[in-house]
Amino acid sequence: MRMLPRFLPGLLCLCLLLGLPLAAQAQEEAGQALLESLDTDAYAEKGEAIEAIIESGDPRSRRWLEALLGGKLQRHKDTGQFVVVVENRGRSWPVVDALSFEDAGEMSRRELDRIGINNALRGQLQGALAVLDLHAEAVDERREAARALLGDVDASLAEPLRAVIDGEADDEVRRLLEQALAIHRLEQGDTAAVDALAGSLNSRVRAALNTASRSDDPQLAQAATAALADIEQKMRLNSGLETLYFGLSLGSVLVLAAIGLAITFGVMGVINMAHGELIMLGAYTTWAMQQLLPGQPGLALLLAIPGGFLVSALAGVAIERGVIQFLKGRPLETLLATFGVSLILQQLVRTVISPQNRTVVTPDWLSGSVMLNEGLSLTLNRLYVLGFALVVFAGLMLVMRRTRLGLEVRAVTQNRAMARSMGIRATRVDILTFALGSGVAGLAGVALSQLTNVGPNLGQNYIIDSFMVVVFGGVGNLWGTLVAGLSLGVINQILEPWAGAVLAKIIVLVFIILFIQKRPRGLFPQKGRAAEG
Amino acid sequence: MWLTQPFTERSTQLFIGVLLAALALVTVLHLAVPEGHPLHVTAYTVNLFGKYLSYALLAVAVDLVWGYLGILSLGHGAFFALGGYAMGMYLMRQIGDRGVYGHPVLPDFMVFLNWESLPWYWAGFDMAWFAFLMVLLAPGALALVFGFLAFRSRVTGVYLSIITQALTFALMLAFFRNEMGFGGNNGLTDFRDILGFSLRSDATRLGLFLATGVALALGYVVCRAIVGSKLGRVCVATRDAESRTRFLGYRVERFQLFVFVVSAMLAGLAGALYVPQVGIINPSEFSPIFSIEIVLWVALGGRATLYGAVIGAILVNYAKTVFTGVMPDAWLFALGAMFVLVTVFLPKGVAGLLAYRVKRPRHSSDDTSTPQEASA
Repeated sequence: MRMLPRFLPGLLCLCLLLGLPLAAQAQEEAGQALLESLDTDAYAEKGEAIEAIIESGDPRSRRWLEALLGGKLQRHKDTGQFVVVVENRGRSWPVVDALSFEDAGEMSRRELDRIGINNALRGQLQGALAVLDLHAEAVDERREAARALLGDVDASLAEPLRAVIDGEADDEVRRLLEQALAIHRLEQGDTAAVDALAGSLNSRVRAALNTASRSDDPQLAQAATAALADIEQKMRLNSGLETLYFGLSLGSVLVLAAIGLAITFGVMGVINMAHGELIMLGAYTTWAMQQLLPGQPGLALLLAIPGGFLVSALAGVAIERGVIQFLKGRPLETLLATFGVSLILQQLVRTVISPQNRTVVTPDWLSGSVMLNEGLSLTLNRLYVLGFALVVFAGLMLVMRRTRLGLEVRAVTQNRAMARSMGIRATRVDILTFALGSGVAGLAGVALSQLTNVGPNLGQNYIIDSFMVVVFGGVGNLWGTLVAGLSLGVINQILEPWAGAVLAKIIVLVFIILFIQKRPRGLFPQKGRAAEG
Repeated sequence: MWLTQPFTERSTQLFIGVLLAALALVTVLHLAVPEGHPLHVTAYTVNLFGKYLSYALLAVAVDLVWGYLGILSLGHGAFFALGGYAMGMYLMRQIGDRGVYGHPVLPDFMVFLNWESLPWYWAGFDMAWFAFLMVLLAPGALALVFGFLAFRSRVTGVYLSIITQALTFALMLAFFRNEMGFGGNNGLTDFRDILGFSLRSDATRLGLFLATGVALALGYVVCRAIVGSKLGRVCVATRDAESRTRFLGYRVERFQLFVFVVSAMLAGLAGALYVPQVGIINPSEFSPIFSIEIVLWVALGGRATLYGAVIGAILVNYAKTVFTGVMPDAWLFALGAMFVLVTVFLPKGVAGLLAYRVKRPRHSSDDTSTPQEASA
């Protein structure tokens, strides 16, 4: 027995060489027989022949049935060859062989005989095709087929469906098929069917229940109305969850944009109006990476994460060394100078790259959506950005709380002179902190490139929002920035349906302006000595 | 009287003298020198100078709060634009039935939006006196409410700058909406005449230019009077040491509020003079970048001097006209570089350079003209 594995490949080859032609020939003959049985004048016999085709499990059966349904399955009068018409226009039609599906040239329509069907057969075929899809290999296809059946089940389909349900392995497909059957039973006036439909968010189910709630049978109508109310409740919950998700998603964008600012403005006290342009640089790094690695948008995006951090951090260092260090202790002058830097960076991008928006490709694993239930699906790219924001936040917290740099930063901001006399190189700390904050802005840019247009104005759109988030959360408090960003995002999304996007934004801005009057130091004010800085 | 007091100062005499001389010179060169002569000032140039002068008045208003009160307002464009809109609404009503749609009352954009009647806040703008009053009152009221809330809760420094920026940003978004009834994206335009004079005639343009010049002179005198009074001294004290002033018993927020409102009204006046000269007012005047540009004019000219603001506004805008004409791409580079260079190398602006030249031989120092940076 030990020797067997060695021979196996050889054996397999042999089998393939000898067996394949034989198998193909057998398939050919079986197919021919199935098609022959269709070519009869009695419709009852045709119905049986259709059943036989379905049961044969032949891979071509779907195409045969579709062709039959469309009246395109035809037979040559002289040779008896079965063909499928590709296009029936003009006098001679291009056809393919019905067995091999190879091109069979053109045939005159006079030479061809159509295999006709009647209405009863048409219904049987439609049902059969639907059931056929339920036998597909891929679970997704089976689910899709089952979903399509909702509301379309009639008496002729009900019987085969029960058999399919028993043979189905996937729970989701089974559930959908049960519902499809239940709708059918509901239409027959079966009150018990309501239970099987309760809680479903599918619009067809709701339509069926709606019809049932108006039925003459008071018991059925009552049950259906109750079930509908239940579904309404669930849908409200769903739309609430959806708003929350979009709000959190918007909030995560705000957090990402603001978190770098929370370091440079919040912790260091430097007003960097060029922060938005550092975000923009991160986004352009993503674009540049994708230009460098054509055809691999996913890899380019992953590489852009460290790349964007580095580019923006270096730009940040240049701004700190070139401008900000000369303006220590003059925050308003810093504001003006960095605003100048932001104008220069914007124009630089316009001149060097292009004033137009650049397209950043979204890799496959970022597009699409996750379906939680039939009423609620979450877009993947927003989900990733939300996760990314949380990871970046956690990383920053770790740096500020657990590393030597974080300790030194806090020491320098609380009392510069004291920190210096303890041997901390304050200038070096300044540079590193500013680089960190700027680098995080770059990360935000990488993430934003997946959600918005990458253009020279990208940064401008986020600078005011970012400052608002930091001020609202409380300067110098990273947690405050997180809470402020997420809650502002959610508030914005809650307001949007009834106020419109622009008005919602205005309301949020006015809210923050009023909030700062009430609590000038934000949601989570710093206490003690740090607050005096 | 307190308003005449500034005229005893040499710097005011000098400034008013130079300004009036310039106005007279431009008028003479425009009217008396024949066209085609190299010294002739065209109507276009007169109009351009008029625009610069309205910017200069705006810069003076910003300098009043930034230079003497230490409040860096990044939202003064909002007051400017509100004054401009008030004037624009008057000019719209003056069009009457000469619009494209020929409606006797409604402006074109309202007809276009299928509005039935004028919104209530447009009432009264067909009367010049009411509109001109609103030019001052609308920005003044906004400044009063905003300043009252902000100064009462002691929002100062960078925080105040950021929320003023948020204010003008919110207003910009609001005015972009068609539902607001201010023409949305396109704003108010296609004006015909003001007080019965056609806006397209050269004489009206010269008149507007001279009116702006006089307004600038008046605004300058008012600011100078405020700065030179006891009230002005309290302002400077607030700028340099807010807590200390408070401890001395001054109700700091009241002084701040008063000066802030006066400044907003001056900005509104500047906007009202600007609109008939450029022929349009739209929400872009509310954009944060415009407001921050005004601050640059003041910084470049020299903060806390008032005349420096005028010099800065004219210099920067002249440079803008030249640059955008010759090489438009370079303008933002130049503007950005100005921001950086002025703040880093020229903290006292052009006026600082001038003062340095003038004062070096004599031994004197003017303590009110040098704001303490740390307090800002």
